[in-house]
Amino acid sequence: MIDGITSFLASDIRTATPILIAALGLVFSERAGIVNIGTEGLMLIGALMGVIGSLYSGSVLVGAITAILVTMFFSLVFAFFTITVRADQTVVGTAINIFASGLTITLNRVVFGVSTSVPTIDVFDRVAIPVLSKIPVIGEAFFNQSIPVYLAFLAVPAGWFVLQKTNIGLKLRAVGEHPKACDTVGINVLKIRYQAVLFSGLMAGMAGAFVSMGQLSFFTEGMVAGRGFMALAAVVFGNYTPVGAMLAALVFGAGEALQYRLQAANTGIPYQFLVMLPYLITVIAICMMTRRSNKPAASAVPYSKE
Amino acid sequence: MAFLEMKHINKRFKSVVANDDVSLSVEKGEVHALLGENGAGKSTLMNILYGMYEQSEGEIYLEGKRVHIKDTKQAIELGIGMVHQHFMLVPALTVIENVILGLKENKLVLDLNTAAERFKEMAEKYNMEIDPWARVENLSVGQQQRLEILKALFRNAELLILDEPTAVLTPQEVVGLFQMVRKLTSEGKTVIFISHKLAEIMEICDRCTILRQGKVVDTLAMKDVKNKEELASLMVGKNVELITAKKEAEAGEEILRVEKLCALNEEKHPVLTDVTFSLHAGEILGICGVDGNGQSELVKCITGLHKINGGMYFIKSIDCTHDSPKDILKHKVAHIPEDRHRMGMIKNMSVEENLILMCYDHEPFSQKGLLRWKCIDDHCEILCKTYNVKTPSIKEMAGNLSGGNQQKFVVGRELDREPDLLIAVHPSRGLDIGATKYIQSRIVEERDKGTAVLLVSTELDELLELSDRILVMYGGRVMGIVDQKEATREYLGKLMAGIVE
Repeated sequence: MIDGITSFLASDIRTATPILIAALGLVFSERAGIVNIGTEGLMLIGALMGVIGSLYSGSVLVGAITAILVTMFFSLVFAFFTITVRADQTVVGTAINIFASGLTITLNRVVFGVSTSVPTIDVFDRVAIPVLSKIPVIGEAFFNQSIPVYLAFLAVPAGWFVLQKTNIGLKLRAVGEHPKACDTVGINVLKIRYQAVLFSGLMAGMAGAFVSMGQLSFFTEGMVAGRGFMALAAVVFGNYTPVGAMLAALVFGAGEALQYRLQAANTGIPYQFLVMLPYLITVIAICMMTRRSNKPAASAVPYSKE
Repeated sequence: MAFLEMKHINKRFKSVVANDDVSLSVEKGEVHALLGENGAGKSTLMNILYGMYEQSEGEIYLEGKRVHIKDTKQAIELGIGMVHQHFMLVPALTVIENVILGLKENKLVLDLNTAAERFKEMAEKYNMEIDPWARVENLSVGQQQRLEILKALFRNAELLILDEPTAVLTPQEVVGLFQMVRKLTSEGKTVIFISHKLAEIMEICDRCTILRQGKVVDTLAMKDVKNKEELASLMVGKNVELITAKKEAEAGEEILRVEKLCALNEEKHPVLTDVTFSLHAGEILGICGVDGNGQSELVKCITGLHKINGGMYFIKSIDCTHDSPKDILKHKVAHIPEDRHRMGMIKNMSVEENLILMCYDHEPFSQKGLLRWKCIDDHCEILCKTYNVKTPSIKEMAGNLSGGNQQKFVVGRELDREPDLLIAVHPSRGLDIGATKYIQSRIVEERDKGTAVLLVSTELDELLELSDRILVMYGGRVMGIVDQKEATREYLGKLMAGIVE
C-alpha cells in the first residue's frame, strides 16, 4: 500500500512535469496578453529536436539546448506574425501545430528511418538527493527524480517572484492588461511581448525535450498527445499564476498516472476509456472554472499605436 | 521668454491635415486653455507634445531650448505629463504599481514600500487621500483622475496637460479639480487645459488658444473676453445661439410608467433599485447623474436589452417588462443609443444599409424575402436630405462619416419612425456645437409634436436647457425628480453626489 502511494506520487510528479514546464512559460506569455496556442506544436518539435541533439552529441544537455533553440526560433516566427503583423493568435498558433505535426513526422523518418529498432540515446537520469530521498513515503517520490523535475518545481516560486516583485514582472502584467497605458509611460509594449513569447517558447522546448528524454528515451510521432493544450488549460485552471498552474498540472498529471495504474491493474475496463481519463479531468476542471479570474484584459488583442 | 513654444507645427495623417501651421506659446505658471470643437486638432497637438505622434513639420522649444520629442519616454524626462481623457491606468494593478510603472529609476526588484511612502507624502501635500495599496478598479472616477495627476507629478512633471478633465466629474469634483490646478500653478507649474466647455475655461484659465479645423484662430487673455458667446463664435467661426428655443410643455397622456424597477449586473450586484417614474406625451424627462450610476442600465431595461429582476414597466399601459427588443420597437419606441459605434450603427455597412436596420423586413423595402433596393435608395436619399446628413453617397461606409453625420443619420432613422416614446442617450456626446444644436432642436421639435422623450445626459447644461423635469440617479436609485424651473446646478450636483437633505 505504502509502496503504491509512493510510486503513484512519483508517477504523478513525472507526468505533471512537462505540463508544468510548458504552463509556466505560458503564464508569462498569457499575462503579457499573448495566447500561444501553438505550444502543442512547439513541444512536439522540442521532443524531436531533443532526441536528435542527444543522438548526435551523445549528451542529453546538448539535446535539451537544441530543443530550446529550435522552439525559440519557431516562437519568434509566432511572435512576428501575432505581435508585429498583428495576425490572429489562434490562427497562427493552429498553423504552428499543423506545421509541427508534419515537420516532426518527416524529420523523424529522415533521421531515424522507418525501422522499428530504437537507437539508444543519452536521457535525463534520476538524481537522488542525499538524506531527503530517504524520507519514508514521500522521499522516493519527491527527491529521487531527474534534474528537469527539480528545476520545474523550483521555477514555480521563482516565477511567482519575478511576476509579482520585479520591475519586468510588473511591466509584463501591465502590458497584458492595458498596453496603451504602458505606451504612455514609455514602455515598449512590443518588446515586452516578444520577450514573453520567447520565454514561453523556451519553456515549451524544454517541456517537449522532457517528454521524449525524461519520461521516455525515444521519439514517436504525435507523442506530446495534447500536453501542450493541457498546459494552456492548466494556466486558466490555475488562474494565471505559477502556483495555480503547478496545482493544475499535478491534477492533470494525476489523471495520467491513475490511467497507467488502472491499465496495469486489470480492471476489465477497456483501456481506451482509461486513456481518456486525463483529458476528461482537464475538460471537467476547465468547466468548473467560472469564478472571477486574473485573465488579462487585453488577452489575444494585438496592440498598435493608432 | 515663453516656457513652452510650439512653432509652425504641421501634422498630416495620410491626406488629412490635423494641424496646419499651429503655433502655441505658454507662459510658466499659467493655466492655458486649448479650445476647439471635436476634430479641431487639440488632442493631436498635445499628443505631439507628449511624444505619442511625431509632427510632420515644426519645432518645439522648452524654456528656450529646442527639443526633439520622439517618444513619451522623452516627454516625461523633459517634465511633461499628460492626463488623457480616457485614463491610462491599469485597473487590475494597485495604485502604487500604477504610479511606478515604467519609471526608469526602478530597480530589478521593486521597492514598493519606499515608493508608497513618497507617494503618500505627495498626496497629503495636495490634500488627497488615496490608499497606495488599493486596486485601481476599486477607485471612483474622481479618485482615478487625481491618481493620474499624482502619477505625472511623481515623474516630476513641470508642465501638465489635462485633456477634457471635467467630462467625467460631478460639479463638486470639478471644484476640487480646480483647487488642485490653482495649487499647482501657485507652485510654478504650468497647466494646459483642453476643453470645449466655455464656462470652465472662463473660470480657471489665464489665457486661451482657439483652434478651428487644425488652424489657430487666436490667443486671448481671459480677462479681455467679455462672454461665452464671444468664445463660441471664435470656436465655430460664426455667431451661434447657445440657447435652444423652447416653449412650455403641454403634457398629454402617460406614455411610459416605470414601477419599482430592479436589475442586477453580471456580478449579481444591484445596479437599479426601486426605480419609479412616469413620462407623459409632449414632455422631456431628463435623466441626470454621473456616468455609471444606473442610467445606461435603466435605458437597457426599457429597451429590452437588460434582464429585469424586479418591478415592471408599461408603455402606453401595456406591460412590456419581459418583452424582447423587437416587440418593444413595435410600440413605436425609438432609441438613440449611448454608444453609436457599438449600438447605433454598423461601421462596415453602408449608410443606406444602416438606415433600414429596423425596417428591412417589411414592405415596401422587402418583398417575399428579397430587398427592393430601388425603394430603399429613394427612401434613404430623402432621409439624408431631411436630416442634413453629409455623405458622398448613401453607399458610403457608415464608419467613414464624421461623428456628427453618423449621429445625424442615427437620429434620422429613429425619428423617421414617428415614435411615441423617444429614448435619447447622450445624443450630443462627442459632437461639435453645430451638430449638437441641430440634434437638440430636433429633440425639442419631437416633443412639440407630442412625443414623450427620455433624455439621458451627463451634461448638466444640456439637461437644464432641454428638460421639462429632471430625474437624478445615484447608485442605481432615484434621488429625486426636480421641475426644470426649480432646478439649480448646485442642487442637482448634491443629488448627483448622493447627498439628500
